[in-house]
Amino acid sequence: MRKSLAVIYVFLVSLAAILAAVGIGAFVLLILGADVVTVYRVILTEPLKDLFGITEILVRAVPLILVALGIAIAFRSGILNIGAEGQMQMGIIAAAAVAIALPTLPKYILLPLSLLAGALGGALWASIAGALKARLGVNEILSTLMLNYIAAQLYGFLLRGPMIDPAEIQMGSGTPQSVRLPKAVWIDRIIPGMRLHYGIVIALVLAVLVYLLLWRTTWGFKLRAAGAEPKAARYGGIKVERCILSAMILAGAFAGLAGAVEVTAVHRRAIEGISSGYGFSGIVVALFGGLHPAGIIPSALFLGLLLIGADMTQRAMSVPANMVLVLQGAVILSIISAKMFINDPYARDRFYRFVSRRGNEPH
Amino acid sequence: MDEKIQNLKIMGITKRFPGVLACDAIDLEVGENQVFALVGENGAGKTTLMNMLMGLYQPDEGEIRINDRKVQFHTPAEAFAAGIGMVHQHFMLVPNMTVAENVALGAREFHSLGRLDLGGAKKRIKDISARYNLPVQPESYIWQLSVGEQQRVELIKTLCFGARFLILDEPTSALTPQETEELLDLLRRMSEDMSIIFISHKLQEVTSLSDQVGILRHGKMVFTGPTSAQSPAKLAALMTGHEVNLPKNECPEEGGLRMLSIKGLKVRSDRGFLAVDGLDLAIHSGEILGLAGVSGNGQKELADALAGLRPVESGVIDLEGRNITNLSPQEIISNGFGYIPEDRNHEGIVPSFSIKENLILKDFASPEFSQGPFLSLARADKYAQALKERYDIRSPSIKTQAGSLSGGNIQKVILARELARKPKVLVAVYPTRGLDMGAEEFIHTRLLELREGGAPILLISEELEELMNLSDRIAVIFKGRIIDTVRGCDATLKGLGLRMAGLVDGAEGGAA
Repeated sequence: MRKSLAVIYVFLVSLAAILAAVGIGAFVLLILGADVVTVYRVILTEPLKDLFGITEILVRAVPLILVALGIAIAFRSGILNIGAEGQMQMGIIAAAAVAIALPTLPKYILLPLSLLAGALGGALWASIAGALKARLGVNEILSTLMLNYIAAQLYGFLLRGPMIDPAEIQMGSGTPQSVRLPKAVWIDRIIPGMRLHYGIVIALVLAVLVYLLLWRTTWGFKLRAAGAEPKAARYGGIKVERCILSAMILAGAFAGLAGAVEVTAVHRRAIEGISSGYGFSGIVVALFGGLHPAGIIPSALFLGLLLIGADMTQRAMSVPANMVLVLQGAVILSIISAKMFINDPYARDRFYRFVSRRGNEPH
Repeated sequence: MDEKIQNLKIMGITKRFPGVLACDAIDLEVGENQVFALVGENGAGKTTLMNMLMGLYQPDEGEIRINDRKVQFHTPAEAFAAGIGMVHQHFMLVPNMTVAENVALGAREFHSLGRLDLGGAKKRIKDISARYNLPVQPESYIWQLSVGEQQRVELIKTLCFGARFLILDEPTSALTPQETEELLDLLRRMSEDMSIIFISHKLQEVTSLSDQVGILRHGKMVFTGPTSAQSPAKLAALMTGHEVNLPKNECPEEGGLRMLSIKGLKVRSDRGFLAVDGLDLAIHSGEILGLAGVSGNGQKELADALAGLRPVESGVIDLEGRNITNLSPQEIISNGFGYIPEDRNHEGIVPSFSIKENLILKDFASPEFSQGPFLSLARADKYAQALKERYDIRSPSIKTQAGSLSGGNIQKVILARELARKPKVLVAVYPTRGLDMGAEEFIHTRLLELREGGAPILLISEELEELMNLSDRIAVIFKGRIIDTVRGCDATLKGLGLRMAGLVDGAEGGAA
């Protein structure tokens, strides 16, 4: 009976955390003067009412899953990667550049090549922060964050200069975007008329592979040990610096791949704003998903739902779509607080006592 | 003024956790100016009982009385208000704050309108340190202080909060023998002013300090009575439920192959000075070489350097004829080097990993536990299960997080891993520090077994009795060098103590 109490406790704390997140959101909505109940109803149910909404959720979930998988590898290996946004942009550039440079290659070569280039682009960018951390002990939060700014400027420069669509210059409109990518590099869409694409398959397969990597291989064992307690890992003969570098490279590769998939499947040309915060939302997804692929997939779907729902409320009720960011923040705060409660033996004890006192009262 | 605590009674207190009866109808009484020693093995329920006294947990049944009035504490603040103060086993100090700031932090009276009254805190610290002869600089930062000094700060902090009844949870487990002596003297002086509950499993300390002793076993108080009538051996038997015989190394014959030899070793400490400064040492097969010394004389750096975890500046480490100086930890491990590190909680194990994962920490990539790039989890399960039984690791399963185990069981996990690898040489650093007698007996027995099997052991310890019980030879380290070596059975407490202080009189024991 006592064991089941522990389960009930965790459940109740989680429930309270969700309610708290919803409550914080409601508070902000009240200040905005919105109808709280309707806004939540629209966000949480409207996207699920038709196929279009559901497929759009999946479209959003693909980059979120890919980024979050990389983040999970990095966090589990003891390196906090805040630089997925920049790594994703480098992935977009690399994938688009390869596709534009080699338009005559057949699809079965060009598409994998372009995706690989995207992954490499992200990996290379991440390896800067990884090497700085492994060699010199430079704080990776600072370095990855700063590399984001550099990547954003580089991205903007390339789209306005070397990679701009010549047509934009001729027309004089100067929109910062590349030419349309050759068809041979497009990832196909699954349902006609919808944007849902086969990138979802890539994301799901990689989720399984990441699980196998971390929990079933010797490499994953090393990475997790180095992340969980570097001192003990070193003692056990594990080269911790090498783990940090390789985890960071993997994380960057996942973010770069997310960018490559996004550009070849959804936008089909490099434009500004493709990454659109996925690099940061990916961190939320990874943490909300417990840094585990089995948690990352549902949490990416949930965040996808929030993103689409927020778009819809903006259109239907003129509540800014940035409300999603408020909800994201509230979710992170609630998760962290819930973890504190779940791990606090004294709080748990008070709960048990409260329940058993109730149980002992005469009926 | 606050009323003196003349009498504290715990009556029939019971506490259950999911699946565990932590305290079972416990009675206990502490009178005025008494020192009550609460004794028991790890996990016997001592800390849980005291946490109830401090308002951290609520008892399921029973009551607490102070001066024959029933009290109920819902928070530690309420216990403090009633005059009860506790010094926890793990210090609760903020390292990058000063002593005065740490004291002011927890005492409401020094908070005024968002400001800390540091002057008031300093004055209080000075008063108390003068009264009990507890030298402490209020301006020192905690991180600058030694473990013994931090202990004093904890005591002063508790007294500054107005404690008139002290609880000390294993206060000596991290102290050097010298610091322990000082603390015991201090507590004797303090008991003239207040009552003290002293939790320990070091029975020498218990018999030398306490008036009354209570023994907890598996959540039950199995004995209470005056200490003076009890011998340490009797207490040990009551505590563990069986006769405890710490095994001894019968005085051995000389000789054996030279297995590990260290010549002219120089190693720098974290702060950059030469902590090991031209050290020579040789260890032969089938012997336990005890390394005695006051902590901080280069023991940590020596052990790190042997394991490849710290660069060797100059000198040679030779393991069975192979030069292993400055090899990587991985290479040294694969040369048959076993190592029980000082920091068992963060270096000896990965605390968030399961027992199983910790047992294969050094071998996960070996053919035994892997197949190509994949781990062979089924074989690891079987291996871990066998070791769990053979080394009596008490936990619900091999999937239990290693960090959640008691100190003794964590040490058993480390010991199991290291011994099961059949090391050619084992270095054990403070292997029984802070452990109860049952665990100590177990570990000593295993170390002697390994010695019987021919593997040499370098045993680094501060416990002179442990060294004298186990060692064939005892070397004394002082300022990074071996200043003398004596045969284990010729060693005396006095002789070792003098040598540890850097004095070699040559009057006893022969150099080996």
